[in-house]
Amino acid sequence: MAGSTTSPPGRKASRFGLGADGTSSPLMLMIKIIGLAFITAVALWAALPLFRADNWLGLAVVAAVTGLAFYVYLSPRTVPMKYLLPGTLFLIAFQVVPVLYTVSTAFTNFGDGHRGTKEQAITAIEGASVKQVPDSTIYTLTLATDGDAATGDIVFLLSDPAAQESFVGTAEGLEPLEEGTFESPTPGGKITAADDYTVLTVPEVNARQDDITAFSVPTDDGAIKSQGLSAAFEGAPQQSYDEECDCITDATTGNVWEADAEEGSFVSQDGSQRNLAQGWKVNVGFDNFVRVFTNDTIRESFLRILVWNFAFAIGTVVITFGLGLLVALALNNPLMRGRTLYRSFIILPYAMPSIAMYLVWREMFNKDFGLINRILGTDINWFGSTASSMFAILLIQLWLGYNYMFLVITGALQSISSDLVEAAGVDGAKPFYAFRTITFPLLLVALAPLLITSFAFNFNNFTAIFLTSAGAPFPPDNPSAGSTDILITYTYRLAFGGSGADYGFAAAISVLIFLIVATVSIVSFRRTQALEEIN
Amino acid sequence: MRTRTRTIRAAAGLLAAGLVLGACGGGSDSDDSESSGGDAPEASGGELLIWVGDGPGGDATTALADAFGEENGVDVTVEVLPGSELQANFVTAAQAGDAPDVVMGAHDWIGNLVQNGTIDPIQIPETVSSTLQPLALEAVTFDGQTYGMPFTMNNIVLIRNTDLAPDAPATVEEMVAAGKKAVQEGAQAPLAWPVSNTGNPYFINPLYTSGGGYMFGQTDDGSFDPTDLGVGTPGSVEAYEKIGELGEKGQGVLKRSVNTDNAIGLFTEGKTPFLIEGPWQLTTIDASDINYEVSEVPGFEGMDPASPFITVDAAYVASGSANKTLAQEFVTNYWSRADVGAQLFEATKNVPANVDTLSQIEGDNPAVAAVAAAGAANGQIMPSIPEMAAVWDPLGKAEAAVIGGADPESTIQSAAKAIEAAINE
Repeated sequence: MAGSTTSPPGRKASRFGLGADGTSSPLMLMIKIIGLAFITAVALWAALPLFRADNWLGLAVVAAVTGLAFYVYLSPRTVPMKYLLPGTLFLIAFQVVPVLYTVSTAFTNFGDGHRGTKEQAITAIEGASVKQVPDSTIYTLTLATDGDAATGDIVFLLSDPAAQESFVGTAEGLEPLEEGTFESPTPGGKITAADDYTVLTVPEVNARQDDITAFSVPTDDGAIKSQGLSAAFEGAPQQSYDEECDCITDATTGNVWEADAEEGSFVSQDGSQRNLAQGWKVNVGFDNFVRVFTNDTIRESFLRILVWNFAFAIGTVVITFGLGLLVALALNNPLMRGRTLYRSFIILPYAMPSIAMYLVWREMFNKDFGLINRILGTDINWFGSTASSMFAILLIQLWLGYNYMFLVITGALQSISSDLVEAAGVDGAKPFYAFRTITFPLLLVALAPLLITSFAFNFNNFTAIFLTSAGAPFPPDNPSAGSTDILITYTYRLAFGGSGADYGFAAAISVLIFLIVATVSIVSFRRTQALEEIN
Repeated sequence: MRTRTRTIRAAAGLLAAGLVLGACGGGSDSDDSESSGGDAPEASGGELLIWVGDGPGGDATTALADAFGEENGVDVTVEVLPGSELQANFVTAAQAGDAPDVVMGAHDWIGNLVQNGTIDPIQIPETVSSTLQPLALEAVTFDGQTYGMPFTMNNIVLIRNTDLAPDAPATVEEMVAAGKKAVQEGAQAPLAWPVSNTGNPYFINPLYTSGGGYMFGQTDDGSFDPTDLGVGTPGSVEAYEKIGELGEKGQGVLKRSVNTDNAIGLFTEGKTPFLIEGPWQLTTIDASDINYEVSEVPGFEGMDPASPFITVDAAYVASGSANKTLAQEFVTNYWSRADVGAQLFEATKNVPANVDTLSQIEGDNPAVAAVAAAGAANGQIMPSIPEMAAVWDPLGKAEAAVIGGADPESTIQSAAKAIEAAINE
């Protein structure tokens, strides 16, 4: 589609169509047809599950996006959009939507125990409380139908192994089976055939699964439910929901739990019991943010962690950039021999998976069995004191990161014209002076955006901390805030270290960290615009 | 495996899309049935989907589930997922209405799975429950309901290099003395007890309980009571005073430099006479030339018995299962069978939860029998209440700090404060 932006003269430019924008080469038309067919296929693939789930909003979005794509690529007037549309859609799908979703989650109590709707919570509570009626029989079950296997009403053919009696259970209730109308290997054993009923095979059972799940035989104390293919028990839910009081009542103990719409939980009426474990998702407003700012441990440790977080991120950028620069300058000197070989060796660690490298380094820093103490002949517990733990982490970061910096600096150096430096030399500038006043500023102009992104990445570099020191050492009086914790590792522990994951709280923290990183990045980018005036 | 399902779904979706196009706007009802057909192939009338964590147990499950499918004339699909992500994946899938019919996992998942409404209680008939080890059955009982079919169980034990330490120590003091003697004779460490820089309350539990500590109190019916936190009680402080004495500033036998990654190497290379580990390491040790014996983890002299945590692997029926009858049948009647247990044992070498299987294999596997005996003697079910998740991290940090030489009293109190804060939030 590139290169076809103008319509050939003498052709009507306002009609829709594959060639409306002037695409005329067969290859281009083919690409266009395949592209649009692919979009259609993806749209249909996405639409079917949405349709089945009655998700009309989702369906509308799919339809709108597909319509937009067709309009843009078939219209002669939307040339810039032809280039912008794919990128824009991906930007929305993979950047904007997740950010919005995170922000909206931050205002809910979404997390373990609060995932679904209130109805789901009620179903789960009632289902989990179904107990066998005391002293009731566990029957040997045969699943059957009254009539055709595919359409007949479900019945339970039940045998009581102890009393050696047989029954048929229907939606009306339990009735004895007449002697001689059924077959079983032993009296009270599993019924294999019955005159009036069709015994279901396993595949037939599976085909009727929904009916079997919904089916139960009513009894005085509860209902007989199936348990697998060959057992049935008389059970009754102990806890049931009453719409009138919007509460859950326990039949045995008489305890009552009232629905609390603000908390998304059933709360004990008289405060004597704990909340029921199964809650639901509700909007909690700014609660999660309030919790961040009022939590004692967060307040006590926040500033200390923030300072180290900045030191860690800036330190990582500075040392990797520094070493990368030195190596790049050294290997950029044409007098140096075997430069390609050196370069390959330097890039090698960058090609290894960093997760494995972090673990290897952690073991190398082990006090008693680690390589580093053994080589140095020292006995330092590297992750045991704040200073040594920080040093070890930065050293690991340096090893993992300088090669990348070396790569990009080498690239940038080659784009700086050597004429400039030579001219400075002719003017009498010493090499270091020329570097400081010409090469380095030009490098910074080219690499400043990269340094900022590197900072933003390392500010949230979870694995670098979690897989090495894991925040250690921890002050004995505060097991939740380690000396080398950064915000993301620290808050991870808070959000996921309780009774299950707390995504709402985690999202609130993510939003706050996002604000910090965004502020720093915006300010830095403003500063780099000033840098560019050197050019 | 997941990607494979996705691809199949995607292919099914495209196929269904093709059918819709081919039908040229046929009635929407028939389209709908076409597409649901794509989701659950009608091949032989039924399909059971099982999720299991990776490892030797995962492969054995695949073979055993196929046998179940053949016995019953249904298709059974086993998807082996990374064990560390299985629980989270299952909860997420259940929430999206996309859960498997059966999931296999540790018993301490039950609290979280129940609070998310993702698994159903099951009724285990007397004929089956009488074949299960009582502790295994206790482990899958939560709030008075049975939630899963236990099939293997584990607890940590003392594994001893019989060349370096011929006799099983009865107390920690004896073990330390024997270990130090071995060091004088050339071993590198008196014992290998995983601690790590962030602590490991699971491994230290025998010492913690021997010293008088506990995690959560139990109510009369055996349920764990989240309001009765054992961390911070005088018993827990006393236990950590004893543990601290063994630490880096004391006897120097418990060290933060020893973790689950390097402890096994120390033992298999013959550098230490004692290793505290689980039976899952036995295959690795068998592969080395070390002569070893398995015995109970000893406790402090004259104090409480040392209780290792018992963890149980169980099969659960998903609440969202579309094939619940079959799933219940598989879990209650098939997965509990002694011959199934025997085949699982061959693959995993974990203690079978089925007593018949256990007595079958005991003779040929003395080490596994010793693990089972140690668990039965003093073992303690690891609490499965969701609140337990709030204990591990702070208590581990406290353990590492005390072993590093910090004051036990204030350290444990701080941990207790952090745990209570996490539970109450």
